Amino acid sequence: MASETLTSSEYIRHHLQNLTFGHLPNGSWGVAQTAEQAREMGFWALNLDTFFVSFILGAVFLFIFSKAAKGATAGVPSGLQNFAEWVVEFIETSVRGSFSGRNDLVAPLALTIFFWIFLMNWMDLIPVDYIHVLANAVGLPFFKSVPTTDPNATFGMSIGVFLLVLYYSVKVKGLGGFIGELTLQPFGKFGLPANLFLEGVNLISKPVSLALRLFGNMYAGEMIFILIALLPFWLQWTLSLPWAIFHILIVTLQAFIFMTLTIVYLDMAHQEHH
Amino acid sequence: MNINATLLGQTIMFVMFVWFCMKFVWPPITNAMGERAKRIADGLAAGERGKSELDLATKRSLEILHEAKQKAAEVIAQAESRAAQIVDEAKAGAREEGERLLNGAKAEIEQEVFRAREALRDQVAALAVAGAEKILRHEVDAAKHAELLKSIQSEL
Repeated sequence: MASETLTSSEYIRHHLQNLTFGHLPNGSWGVAQTAEQAREMGFWALNLDTFFVSFILGAVFLFIFSKAAKGATAGVPSGLQNFAEWVVEFIETSVRGSFSGRNDLVAPLALTIFFWIFLMNWMDLIPVDYIHVLANAVGLPFFKSVPTTDPNATFGMSIGVFLLVLYYSVKVKGLGGFIGELTLQPFGKFGLPANLFLEGVNLISKPVSLALRLFGNMYAGEMIFILIALLPFWLQWTLSLPWAIFHILIVTLQAFIFMTLTIVYLDMAHQEHH
Repeated sequence: MNINATLLGQTIMFVMFVWFCMKFVWPPITNAMGERAKRIADGLAAGERGKSELDLATKRSLEILHEAKQKAAEVIAQAESRAAQIVDEAKAGAREEGERLLNGAKAEIEQEVFRAREALRDQVAALAVAGAEKILRHEVDAAKHAELLKSIQSEL
């Protein structure tokens, strides 16, 4: 909605607002028409745009790969299978490099994380106004097309990873071993409160840093695209082109970092003493 | 940018995607890759084996060829010696036969000579007797002097 009636700050705020579904002030359920309404909905609300786009992208990823998996033969691979095998090999190399235990979950988890985040980040490269104008044309007040610029999406993933870390820590070390790891180091049993504090921060920082790193990077990238979009149209390409090219790197890098750190965290969860 | 229930939904979605990927995507692809790796390894091993077998076969064929050549040379040498033997035998046989014929002929000639001499003697005796008869027509009695005539005949 880049109409001339909007001021710059309104335009920016508009682009950064999710399409939120929840309990409206007038008592009914529906889509928030303003940012204030969305804020007042509290916790029990859904960001429909994040949900929709991330689901579509995840489905696309799984559709492509399950198609490749269904046609996978040991014979001469075709184009799609070649691509899938190339990606799988890349993931497997990463997992083998960082993960020392044996767990059949880690590699598919890494593949899903990498490709899903990669696709979601890639949405950042679609010019910011295209999807907006399209969404407004069908009557949606807001539409944020990049799910990874919504902390709900990044925290959703990092919490999933965190739960796996907790599960495998307890499974491999036993509940006592895991609690011992949290309380008996680095200062021995007499420094228990300090140990718990340090290790607790260490533990909690894993999902938080995972989520915030991805969110911050994509949010900042999106913000810069929006700012570039405020320039006169004939000047935009001078900045948006280099930034988009640079962003291709960011998109891949962030997906890779999220994947690698997930592998590393799960590896730490599998190690008896570190 | 509010934290809301989307967080839970995204977590559930994430778990579902990972589960799906782990169940239906990852195993078939890695299985196919592993199987292909095995097949390629097998193929390479088979190629290696085939190559060594070819080497062996080449060596064996050379050996057989060599043997066959040797045998052929042996057979030729045998045949040659046999041929020489046959020729020698034939020569010896021919010589023997010739000698035998010669001897036969000689014996026959001797016999003929003997027989001719006998006949001649008979005739000479008869002639002598006839001459003597003519001369001594009366004095000589053939029956009386047969013994005498006979001794003359044997002296001739």
